[in-house]
Amino acid sequence: MALKPVSPTDEFVKGLWRDNPVFIQVLGMCPALAVSNTAINALAMGAATTFVLVMAGLSVSLLRKFIPKEARIVSYICIIATFVTCVDYIIMALSIELHRALGAFIALIVVNCLILGRSEAFASKNKPGRAMLDGLGMGVGFTFALLFIGIIREVLGSGTLFGVSMFPDGFQTWTIMVLPSGGFLAMAGWLLIVNWLRQKEDNAARRAAEAES
Amino acid sequence: MTQAPVEQKKTTAWQMYRAIVGIGAFCAILIVGVYMATAPQIKINQERFLASAVSEVLPAAVLTQAVALDNDGQLVVVEENADLPAFLGYDAEGKLVGAVMTSEAMGYQDIVRVLYAYTFENQAITGMKVLETKETPGLGDKVEKEPHFLANFDALDARPAADGSGLANEIVTVKQGEKTEPWQLDGITGATITSVAIGHILNISAQVWVPVLEREARAIPAPQPPAPQEPTEEE
Repeated sequence: MALKPVSPTDEFVKGLWRDNPVFIQVLGMCPALAVSNTAINALAMGAATTFVLVMAGLSVSLLRKFIPKEARIVSYICIIATFVTCVDYIIMALSIELHRALGAFIALIVVNCLILGRSEAFASKNKPGRAMLDGLGMGVGFTFALLFIGIIREVLGSGTLFGVSMFPDGFQTWTIMVLPSGGFLAMAGWLLIVNWLRQKEDNAARRAAEAES
Repeated sequence: MTQAPVEQKKTTAWQMYRAIVGIGAFCAILIVGVYMATAPQIKINQERFLASAVSEVLPAAVLTQAVALDNDGQLVVVEENADLPAFLGYDAEGKLVGAVMTSEAMGYQDIVRVLYAYTFENQAITGMKVLETKETPGLGDKVEKEPHFLANFDALDARPAADGSGLANEIVTVKQGEKTEPWQLDGITGATITSVAIGHILNISAQVWVPVLEREARAIPAPQPPAPQEPTEEE
């Protein structure tokens, strides 16, 4: 049976839910847990990672016939590190405070296995347009995941959302949520919800298939 | 029957060189291009950030005057900030209240750059802010957050020696909970190297700056406050 061709829309959409890098593939955990203590940090890290994913995907795809297989990993890392350096300069030009808040994690985007993984598994085997769509989908999926974790942590840990106070003065904030352990708690909560939803989806699909047969 | 091994196309040395050098050149051009495009805005942002950091570590200062040490170690007024800028701080009456200096040294992973305030009245370091660090998140960055470490800078003794050759007591970082003298920094367990580096940074910088400031800073005239803007006709 011939495989159904994957449409460009599917390349983009798969990163949002079906193959979400954080909730499904559980990749890039280091920034996902460390920088998601506020929603704005999560959004900035997500945007920076998306930019690197898209640009690295495009470059690797354009250069895929030029890069020998023996030199592929070093070439991909070099390309990814270049775009991370560019992002570092761009964030410094936008806001020094944001640059300081993201700290060493901007540089650590280089070793985010999600980016190297997409370069190796997808961009090196596909045309530039699809590689960019795949990177964009994965990046947006990564950003949403970080943002979901960041919102929970900021609201409970600081009583604010994007810096705006959410509760009356007497609200006792959950300090643990802004600490690294709060990242694990928020992540675990979201994984429970996502897995429950996926299980419901699978069960519904199985029931539909059984009814058809 | 055994299968013949699949013949794989060999990569020549030229193809390898071409790929590595080509990608290296592409990356270098891209980095330099982005750096040149963003450098002016980064400089503006850094100056703005530095100004706000100065008023944070020395809140009593309303006016500041950029200063530097010349080749003879004399205090001179400068227009352009040096790589490690220093400022004299004056209150609203034009009285000298303190000085803010920048210094740096190697931390655990990379250079740690800090800004600190010396106040003449207390002869002590009364404020410290980390300007630049790439220390391990969750460990080395504790020097910016730990309340007991930041409490060191309520008044860290930095009296000059009687002969004006340096500090009366060397600033040193001690193990957490073992601080007994006002010139000691109570260190951080879990960020030992970074907290020791902060002590080292403050010591090497204050040994040079404090005697010069005590000797020469009062002779430098206070800067004129910026003239108030004239109201426009519409107002």
